[in-house]
Amino acid sequence: MHIPDGYLSPATSAVMYGVAAPFWYLAGKRVHRSLTGKMVPLLSVLSAFAFTIQMLNVPLPGGTSGHAVGATLMAIILGPWAAVLGITVALVIQAFFFGDGGIWAIGANAFNIAIVGSFLGYGVYRLAAGNALATSRRRVVAAALSGYVALNVSALFTAVELGLQPLLFRAADGSPLYGPYGLAQAIPAIMTGHLFVAGLAEAAITGLVIAYLQKANEPLLRLSDPRGIAARSYRWLWLGLAAVVLLTPLGLIAAGTPWGEWKPAEIQASLGFLPEGMGALQTAWNAPLSGYGLAGLGLTAGYLISGVLGVAAIVLSTLLFGRWLARGETKNHG
Amino acid sequence: MANTAGGEWALAPVKKAGRGTGSRFVEGTLAGIARTIQDAVFYEELAQRPGLLQNLDPRVRLVGLLALILAVSLAQHIPTLIVFYLVALALALLSRIPAGFFVKRVWLFMPFFTGVVALPVIFNFVTPGRPVVRLLDLGSPWSFAFLSLPREIALTEQGLKTALTLILRVGDSVSLAVLLVTTSRWAHLLKALRVFRVPQVFVLILAMTYRYVFVLLQITSAMLLARKSRTMGHLRGADHRRGLGASGGTLLAKSYHLSDEIYSAMLSRGFAGEARVMDDFRVSGRDWLWLLAVACLSGFIIVLERL
Repeated sequence: MHIPDGYLSPATSAVMYGVAAPFWYLAGKRVHRSLTGKMVPLLSVLSAFAFTIQMLNVPLPGGTSGHAVGATLMAIILGPWAAVLGITVALVIQAFFFGDGGIWAIGANAFNIAIVGSFLGYGVYRLAAGNALATSRRRVVAAALSGYVALNVSALFTAVELGLQPLLFRAADGSPLYGPYGLAQAIPAIMTGHLFVAGLAEAAITGLVIAYLQKANEPLLRLSDPRGIAARSYRWLWLGLAAVVLLTPLGLIAAGTPWGEWKPAEIQASLGFLPEGMGALQTAWNAPLSGYGLAGLGLTAGYLISGVLGVAAIVLSTLLFGRWLARGETKNHG
Repeated sequence: MANTAGGEWALAPVKKAGRGTGSRFVEGTLAGIARTIQDAVFYEELAQRPGLLQNLDPRVRLVGLLALILAVSLAQHIPTLIVFYLVALALALLSRIPAGFFVKRVWLFMPFFTGVVALPVIFNFVTPGRPVVRLLDLGSPWSFAFLSLPREIALTEQGLKTALTLILRVGDSVSLAVLLVTTSRWAHLLKALRVFRVPQVFVLILAMTYRYVFVLLQITSAMLLARKSRTMGHLRGADHRRGLGASGGTLLAKSYHLSDEIYSAMLSRGFAGEARVMDDFRVSGRDWLWLLAVACLSGFIIVLERL
C-alpha cells in the first residue's frame, strides 16, 4: 500500500502533505503534553516496533502470506495520536534510510496508513469493544475487526488517490502522466488484494497480539484504557464513525461523476487549444468513460460494483464476527 | 552482495530449507530481516566512499536530489525521463556506486511491480488508440457480464507510451532515492533534515528509531530462530499465526520496557526534554556548483518541455 514516487502528481503529493500536516502538528502537541520527556524514547522504540512488525510474514489460509501495518495495534495500545506519530516515523525511516516508498509521497502514505489507520482503527475498536473487560474475548474480536476495517479504508484512500491521477493529470496528447488507472480500475484492483490478503494479515496480527497481551501483559492493555483516560470522547466517536461511513460513498460519487463530465472541456480550457492527439481520443473522452473502464465497464458501474463488494464484505464479516462475539461473551459470563 | 560486512549470521538458516508451512514463512521473515540489516550496512559502506555525491555537504546533497526527484515528477515526455535516468546513472558512477548494484536495486525489485501494474494499460481494451501490434482476432466482439472485449486485441501506441512513462518515472524516482540513501551516512542525513525546519525533537526521534530498528530486528530474528529451532514437524497455519501473535506481543512488551529504560538512561545523562547537536556542516564552492547544476538541469528541461 506504500505509494512510491512517480505514481502521484506533485500537486497531489503537495495536497496530501497539507492534509497530513495538521494531524502531525496536533499529534505532536497532544503526545508531548501527555508524555513530556518520555515521548522521545517511547515514540522512537515504538516506531522501530512498527517498522519491525511490518517485516513479519503472516501466513494466511490458502497458502498466501501478507504483511501487517500495525497502525491499529499501536492505536489500541497507545491511543491514536501517538500511533499517528509512530507510524509516520516508521514511514520516514523506510523512505529516507532504506529507499522504500516515495519521499514526496510521504504525505499521502502517512495520511492513508498512519492517520486513517490509527483513527479509524481506534474508533472501530472502541465501538466494538464497548465496556468489555480488558481480558474479554470481545476485545480480541474488536481488535481484529478494527484492524481489518482500518486497513481496508486505508487501501480505499490509496486507491482513490491513485484513481484520480488519470482524471486530473494528462499530457497534452491525453495520455495519463502518473498512475494510469481510473477509479473504476484502481479501486477494485487495490481493494481485492486488501479485502482478501492484507486485511486478513492486519486482522490476525492485531487480534492475536491483543489476545497474547491479555494473557501475558495485561498492564500494557490498560495504557489507553477507554474507561481510564478518555471516557468523555466516547460519544463523538459514534458521530465521527457515522460521518465517515456516510461520507465515503458520497465522496466517491462526488469525486467521480463531475470529473467524468467536465474533464475534456477543462483540458481544452486550460490548454487553450485542442491537441492533435485529442481528436483521435475524443471518443474515449466522451463515451461513458470507456477510456478507463474495461470497455463497457462504466465508471458508475465500477463504483457500484466495488462499493457493493466492499460494503458486502464488511457487513458480512461484521455479522460473522458478531455471532462469534456473542458466543464468546456467553462463555465469558456464563 | 559479497562486499557486505555483518548480517550474514542471520542469513545462514535461510539456506537450509525447512519443511512445513510454518518454517517457510519464518524463513521468509528471517531472510527479510537479514536483507534489511545487510542493506543498511552496505549503504553505510557506500556512503563512506570518496565519490562525487559523498563529498558534498549533506544538506546540499539532500536538497539537490529531492529537487531532481521533483523535476522527474514534473517531466512530461519519455526522452526527458530517459535523460534523467542517464543523469542518475552518471551520478552513481561518479559516486563509486557499483553500476550492477545500482541498476539491479532499481529495476529488479520495485519496477517489476510497476511493470505488472503498467502491463494492462498497453492493450487496446484499456487504452484505445492507434494499434501498433495486432495480437489476436477474436472474430467478433466478446462480452461477459460487465466485461467486454473488442473484436481485435492489439497493443496501442498510446498504451505503450503510458506504460513506458509510468515505468520510467517510477524508475527515475527510485534511482534518485537510492542515490540519496547510498551516498548519505545516516547520521549526516538526519542533521541535513534540519534544513527543512524539521523540529529538533523529531530529528532526535528519527535518530533513535533508526538505532532501535536494528535492536528490535535482532531481537525478532533471535526470537523467531529460537522458536523455529524448537519446532518439530509441521505447524498448522492457525498455530503459526498464534505464535506470531505471541512474538508480536512479546516484542511490543519488550519495546515498551526498553523505552522506560532508555528514558531513565537519558535522564541520568542530563536529558531535559531538548536535543542538542553539533552543527558543523560548511557549504563550499563545490556545493554551490552542484546546486547550480541541479537547478540548471531541472529548470532547463522543465521549461524546454513546455515550450
